[in-house]
Amino acid sequence: MSIDKDTARKVAHLARIAVKDEDLPALAGELSAVLAFMEQLNEVDVEGVEPMTSVTPMRLKRRVDQVTDGGIQAQVLKNAPDAREGFFAVPKVVE
Amino acid sequence: MLDHLSYKTPTPKVIHGAKEDWELVIGLEVHAQVASKAKLFSGASTEFGSEPNSNVAFVDAAMPGMLPVINEFCVAQAVRTGLGLKAAINLTSAFDRKNYFYPDLPQGYQISQLYHPIVGEGEVIVDMGPGIARRVRIERIHLEQDAGKSIHDLDPTMSFVDLNRTGVALMEIVSRPDIRGPEEAAAYVAKLRQIMRYLGTCDGNMQNGNLRADVNVSVCRPGDYEKYQATGDHSVLGTRCEIKNMNSLRFIQAAIEYEARRQIAIVEDGGKVVQETRLYDPDKGETRSMRSKEEAHDYRYFPCPDLLPLEIEQEWVDDIAATMPELPDEKKARFVEGFGVTEYDADVLTAEAENAAFFEEVAKGRDGKQAANWVINELFGRLNKEGLTVDTTPVSAAQLGGMLDLIASGEITTKMAKDLFELLWTTEKGGNPAEVAQKHGMKQVTDTGAIEKALDDLIAANPDQVEKAKVNAKLAGWFTGQVLKATGGKANPAVVNQMVAKKLGLG
Repeated sequence: MSIDKDTARKVAHLARIAVKDEDLPALAGELSAVLAFMEQLNEVDVEGVEPMTSVTPMRLKRRVDQVTDGGIQAQVLKNAPDAREGFFAVPKVVE
Repeated sequence: MLDHLSYKTPTPKVIHGAKEDWELVIGLEVHAQVASKAKLFSGASTEFGSEPNSNVAFVDAAMPGMLPVINEFCVAQAVRTGLGLKAAINLTSAFDRKNYFYPDLPQGYQISQLYHPIVGEGEVIVDMGPGIARRVRIERIHLEQDAGKSIHDLDPTMSFVDLNRTGVALMEIVSRPDIRGPEEAAAYVAKLRQIMRYLGTCDGNMQNGNLRADVNVSVCRPGDYEKYQATGDHSVLGTRCEIKNMNSLRFIQAAIEYEARRQIAIVEDGGKVVQETRLYDPDKGETRSMRSKEEAHDYRYFPCPDLLPLEIEQEWVDDIAATMPELPDEKKARFVEGFGVTEYDADVLTAEAENAAFFEEVAKGRDGKQAANWVINELFGRLNKEGLTVDTTPVSAAQLGGMLDLIASGEITTKMAKDLFELLWTTEKGGNPAEVAQKHGMKQVTDTGAIEKALDDLIAANPDQVEKAKVNAKLAGWFTGQVLKATGGKANPAVVNQMVAKKLGLG
């Protein structure tokens, strides 16, 4: 499967990455190469092999249901380009 | 009634189009907020109505390098809900990222469980009236993060974003397309809500958005649904549309009704229904397309690299199963069997676990039907009227029970009991029913001699009434009324009736 210029444009848009039109063919080529490698990996027979999720036998770490965080409104909003009355302020988005 | 064999399935709703008849096929995705103190992957509070962005940890705000750590209690709540829906619990489940951009989703993805949900197939019995119920199959329940909240009306050009709800645990409960009408859809959501409130896994507060539903609606010709059931082939059904994010049972019904008619009009006009996401506008009473959502519908799910698979042990599930409360269906059946109440009354009594417990305390060792009558008509009726609940009721279960004992022993009449109830509710709050009755001179005249004398006097003084009553037995009621009046309402009407009939020589 190869990625054409339009697909590359769509992927860039979905990821909200601005890509200049003239850069799209090169990007499409790189993505195609990645997919080609995937296809190569796909040839390996993994029938009956459990996916490996960790190199060490670890159990997903859990927390108890206690409020241990929050109450840091000022810090949460500190990097926001615009914040008003405790809210993040963003350009209007209405359905 | 609860035995899967002994209830009848309701008739599917039929909508008469301009040209032919149509049926509906409905499936729901219900988002239920998990009742927990902290969020699914952070230690921030889930409290509703807090100062904006104050219940936000750096994880929720998606600050770089922050990692999610799962709240074990939220997992337990999902398992408990699954058990309540008689569903399979998956000992291994996993989290995936659902990628999309929206201002109230700072991560740029929602952590969800697309491929390996924690709960598998289950079922809900949706009561549609005595002896009638729809069995709705549950496809799955998965855990996921809620998004934040955008407020659009504080500024003409800006939207304001509050991340307090961001990362709160949700259970998405996905049904099969087994629902066949707007009323069934609303009843299904109400039943889920009831079960989860019994379980304590979701408070079911729809107004606050703690329970919301996406509804998939399509229409088909009569007979097509049966073909789908026989073959499992979805293509015999109509194209479906998804109505997003409704938080009221009334809106769910209205939206389905509107949407079905819209689709019927399109098909009857020779057009094709386009599969799309729509939004219900309660002000206009119509659904409209959410085109923006279509564009971004490519979620590019992939396993969340920040979280290992969630593995739970069967013993842990068994421990949760051991603490399950009696669920609405079982409780209802027990009330019908054990207390002799009607299925309808049992429905009312078991609507909320607290109400059911109140009734049980009143009914224990007493006449169940009479107890149901008093609890439903007098107590619940009054509570509703005054905006109170069984937790804030002025008349306790013990008091109501004591009152029923006074009626049963013949110490007071039903009429007196109503007055006594009024006193206990208002000026004699917390009083012992027997003492209050005594204090206010409520005592049924059981001395038949006194009743007899009053009646004899009446008969002697009103020979013309006696003649009339002999011709028309219905007029004998006049004597009963007069005797009751003469004894200050303290005589038992049934006893008086009997005596009047005997004295006048009536049947």
